[in-house]
Amino acid sequence: MRNAFADELEILAKENEKVVLLSGDIGNRMFDSFQEAMPDRFYNCGVAEASMMSIAAGLALNGFRPFVYTITPFMTLRCLEQIKLDVCYHEAPVTIVGTGSGLSYAGLGPTHHSLDDINVMRVLPNMAVVCPCDTHEVRAGLSAILNLEHPVFFRLGKKGEKPVHLGPLNDFEIGKSITVKNGKNVCIIAVGNVVQLSVDVANLLDNSGISTCVESFHTVKPLDLNKLGEMFKNYELVCVIEEHSSIGGLFSAIAEWLIVNAPRNAFKLLQFSMEDKFYSEVSSQVHLREKSGLDLLSIEKKIRSHLEVIRE
Amino acid sequence: MNYEKPLAVKELCELSLEARRKIIKYSHSANLPHLGSCLSLVDILITLYFSSARVQENYPLAPDRDRIVLSKGHGAPALFQILAMRGFFPEDWMFRENHGGGLFGEHPPLPKYLPGIEAATGSLGHGLPMAVGMALSAKIRNEDFHTFAICGDGECNEGSVWEALQFVGAQRLDNLTVVVDRNAWQATGRTKNILGKYCLEKKFQAFGFSPHTIDGHDIPSLQQCFSIAKSAKQPVVVIADTIKGKGVSFMEDDNNWHYRVPNSAELKAALAELAC
Repeated sequence: MRNAFADELEILAKENEKVVLLSGDIGNRMFDSFQEAMPDRFYNCGVAEASMMSIAAGLALNGFRPFVYTITPFMTLRCLEQIKLDVCYHEAPVTIVGTGSGLSYAGLGPTHHSLDDINVMRVLPNMAVVCPCDTHEVRAGLSAILNLEHPVFFRLGKKGEKPVHLGPLNDFEIGKSITVKNGKNVCIIAVGNVVQLSVDVANLLDNSGISTCVESFHTVKPLDLNKLGEMFKNYELVCVIEEHSSIGGLFSAIAEWLIVNAPRNAFKLLQFSMEDKFYSEVSSQVHLREKSGLDLLSIEKKIRSHLEVIRE
Repeated sequence: MNYEKPLAVKELCELSLEARRKIIKYSHSANLPHLGSCLSLVDILITLYFSSARVQENYPLAPDRDRIVLSKGHGAPALFQILAMRGFFPEDWMFRENHGGGLFGEHPPLPKYLPGIEAATGSLGHGLPMAVGMALSAKIRNEDFHTFAICGDGECNEGSVWEALQFVGAQRLDNLTVVVDRNAWQATGRTKNILGKYCLEKKFQAFGFSPHTIDGHDIPSLQQCFSIAKSAKQPVVVIADTIKGKGVSFMEDDNNWHYRVPNSAELKAALAELAC
C-alpha cells in the first residue's frame, strides 16, 4: 500500500500544484522520485511530528493541500492536539497519512502498534477517516481526497498486501462502501487491511452452505448509512472485522448508529476486533491476530455458531 | 483613518495609550482576564498593525498581506481592540449582546469569523509552527509577504516551539520573524524560575536565528527591528523585553493580573493613569 501511495501521490502532485508532501523522517527512498521531480514540494520535517502537523495546517490555510506522512502512532496520538486544533478546528484540508497501521509493525512492539487510531481520529469534528484495503483503494482514495475540502485521516497498512479488487476503481467515493463479494445470509463489514481475510472467511462459509457477502467499508467516517440500513434489513447476521481495539473503531461506530436507528436489529451485530490491551509479546501480525481470534478459522467458527443461535 | 502617510512616533504612542484604555475597559465590562499579558503586548501590536506590517483593513485577505499570528492567544483582548482601531471591523461588534455573538472571548476565533485573524490560537505552542507553514507557503509560491509570530516567553516552554524553530533554521526561512513578548512571567511564576533559566537569545541563535533584544515598549526600536527583520537574509527573533501590566502602576510586574479583572474603583484609577 505504501509504495502505491508514494507513486500515486507523485502522479497527482504533478497535476496539482497545491499538493505538498511532508514526511516525518520516514519512507526511506520511497519519495526520492517525488523529491527529484518537485523539490520545492517535499519536506522532511524531521522526527518532529507536532510541528510538522501545525506546519501542514499553516500551508493549508494558505491554499496548499499538504499530505503528512509517518508511522501511524506518531502521526495520530503523538500530535493529537495539533490535529484537533490546527487541522480539524480550522477545517484545514490536510491529509494525515499513517503507515504501518493496526498491527502491520507487529514485531516492533506496542510503541509501533496502532489499535486506537480510528477511535481518536473519528472523534474529531470535520475529520473523515478512510482506511483503504489495497493498492486500488489507495490510489482511488487519494484522488477522491483531493476533491474534498476538509481534513482526512488515511490509514495505510504496509507493503506487499494482496490486492482485493481486480483492477482500478473508477467509481470510488469517500463514504460509500464497496461490495467485494456477494452473498445472501451473512454480511461481513470489513475495514482496511482485513478485507482480504474477510473474503477468505466468506468463501469458507459459502462452502459450508452459508452464503456470505463482504463489504469493504473503507470509510469509517462518514459511515455509509444507506448501506448499513440495507444490511441490517437483508441479512441474518452482520459481522464487523477490524484490526483495531474493540473500543472505538468501526464496530463501535456502527453500534452507535444501530442502537439509535435500528435497535431491534442489534442482536444481528457481531464483533471481531483486537482486545483492549497492549500486545507486548514480540510476534508476527498473523500470530497476534490469532491470539485475539482474528484468524480465518476462528472467525468462521464464531460466525457459524452465532448464526445457529440466531436461527434457533 | 488614512494610513497611507506613515504615522509619527508620537501618534503611535497615543494609539498605544488609547489601546490600553480600551483593553482595560473591555476587561472590566466583559470580565476578561489575562490583562497583564495584554498590556505587555500593546506596543508590539500597535507597531505591527499601524506601522511595520503590510495589512489592509478594507482587504483583510489580500494575498500579499503580511501574516501576523498571535501564538500567545491569551493576548486576544489586546488584539481585538487593536484590530478594531485599525478598522478591520467596527468597534461596536464587541459590544453586541454576549460580547459580539461569542466571537470576542479570551482567545482569537477562527479566521473565517473575524477579519484580521490568521489563526485561532489559545493552546500554547501552536501558532508559531502554523506561522512557519505560512512562511513556507510564501517560499514555495515565491510570494513576498512576511510572517510574524508573536509568542510569550512562558510559551517557549512548549516543545513544539523548538521543533518548529529547528525547521525554520533548516529551511532558512528568512521571511519569518518571531517576536517574543518577554514579560518575564508565566501563569504561576517568573519564567526564569520555572524553565527559562538559561539565555533565550543564545538558544535562538543556536537554532539559526539572528536575535535582537530591545525594549518592547519603545516603538522606534520595534520599528527598526521589524524593518531589519523584513530585509534580513536569515530568520530574526525580536526579543521584546516588556513589563506585564505595562502602563498602570498597580498592575505593572504584578502577576496577579494574569487572572484578575479590575473592579470599578481599579478601572477608574487605571484610566486616570492612562489619561491623555
